Amino acid sequence: MSTSKHFNLPARLLHWLMSAMILTMLFVGVGMVASITQRPWLVDLHRPVGIAILLLVIVRLINRLLSPPPPLPADLPTLQSIAAKLSHLLLYALMFAMPLVGWSMLSAGGYPIPMFGSVHLPAIVPHDPALYAVLRCAHTWLAFLLFATVLLHLAAALFHAWVRRDGVFQSMAGGD
Amino acid sequence: MPDPATPPEAGKPRRNPLPALAAIAAIVAAMALAFAWVGGWLTPAKLTPARFVDVIEKANGEVSAGYRRAHAKGLCVAGSFESNGAGVALSKARVFAAGKLPVLGRMSIGGGSPHAADSGGRVRSLSLQLIADDGQEWRTAMNSFPVFMVATAQGFYDLNVASTADPATGKPDPAKMAAFGQAHPEAASFFEWAKTAPWSTSLASTTYNGVNAFRFVDAAGGHRYVRWSMRPQTPFEAMDAEQLKAADPNFLSADLATRLAEGPLRWDLVVTVAGADDPVADPTKAWPEDRQQIVVGTLVVDRTEPQINGACRDINFDPLVLPAGIEASDDPILAARSAIYSVSFNRREHEIGTGKAPDATGQAGNSTGGKP
Repeated sequence: MSTSKHFNLPARLLHWLMSAMILTMLFVGVGMVASITQRPWLVDLHRPVGIAILLLVIVRLINRLLSPPPPLPADLPTLQSIAAKLSHLLLYALMFAMPLVGWSMLSAGGYPIPMFGSVHLPAIVPHDPALYAVLRCAHTWLAFLLFATVLLHLAAALFHAWVRRDGVFQSMAGGD
Repeated sequence: MPDPATPPEAGKPRRNPLPALAAIAAIVAAMALAFAWVGGWLTPAKLTPARFVDVIEKANGEVSAGYRRAHAKGLCVAGSFESNGAGVALSKARVFAAGKLPVLGRMSIGGGSPHAADSGGRVRSLSLQLIADDGQEWRTAMNSFPVFMVATAQGFYDLNVASTADPATGKPDPAKMAAFGQAHPEAASFFEWAKTAPWSTSLASTTYNGVNAFRFVDAAGGHRYVRWSMRPQTPFEAMDAEQLKAADPNFLSADLATRLAEGPLRWDLVVTVAGADDPVADPTKAWPEDRQQIVVGTLVVDRTEPQINGACRDINFDPLVLPAGIEASDDPILAARSAIYSVSFNRREHEIGTGKAPDATGQAGNSTGGKP
């Protein structure tokens, strides 16, 4: 219901669950490549959680299309309104891109892609060093971009909550 | 942000936004700092995989673009693994079910130069990739030494620093190596092996050891710690210092080609089961000789390829690529190897992928491609 002041319950649940997962993934990712002792269990966690995020963002996008979010406040300055729309577009693009680039990267590197137990995913691109090199770098830089966008999103959310007090934060935090 | 100078709307008390803005800035800054700290950027002295590989490159004296940073000289091998079914009792990994599966691998000598003389390769290695019929993959990188030099990643790093050639002599500084030996008495067994073990005339008659312990889990959920070795069926022939000195720089690959022309080469995969008190997280400690040993199958190598365009070039033989039924032990060297191999792989694939490695990909004229 686009006339509601709130995101619907699935949207709110997915938002808070995924915010925890994505922050965890960013820290696990940057930590595992910098650790000489903790990499094995971190990378074993990183792969299935990344694929879980990919599945959840699909569900989340469908829910968003079926149940559009509440409109932004009418008095929000145009620039802020544009920034809000663009940053959400970027967040969604990155939530899809990061797991897909990660999965492709492992495929291009000739790595197996174990999930848990004996469950593993197939390769989705050919085993190729040039492709691997590009995807491996892309995975890092997109991670930095995602982290920066998440921080901006958080700052904006708190700005709505504490400075503007315009109900935007409450639309995701509160219930109907 | 509304201009604080404009009068507030009716019913809304005027507030100073500064404390809220300061709090938001503090939260964002704290998260960014935490991220930077976890990523190792705030702790330049912390040993990270990238810094470890930097030291290996420094110890090598040069970066050979597109080549492995360690064990740079090698060749691809291929053949099959014939499992006899004896491993089924030890591990549920499908690779141990009786049958035959294709194998891809690489044989190499230790050192960072892809064009070094084979006589300088005290350490020889065999890496394998085995993919079972259920798609589960097992990679292993084995070495001719029976025990590892050090028990921790830091020790591994110290060894690389100590063995870096002194620019004045072109050789490691004996004083630094002596100091390393004093600081790491656990390395004595390795150095003893390096000094006294006879050199084999052939890669085919060399034993390759997994060295690190792993945990085998069987179908009933029972588990045991194991180490494994590839024991050659080719009879051992020693070569002395004189023969080594006189040997062709590439005698190992020449010998392999000669032997393969006559037929395939075989190694038995021997699994050694740990006793109750055997050290499973310390690869510098050998296990007693009387431990149960089970031959679980035979590796058959029937062909080689140069690594410059062979199938092994773009594979990272990460020893922690394991199928269900084989798990890592708590050996810190295993975690370190996995992390370091990954960085080495990323660097060389980047060099290959961006066209910066003509020698390693056979694009340079008269490239020998680091063939032993």
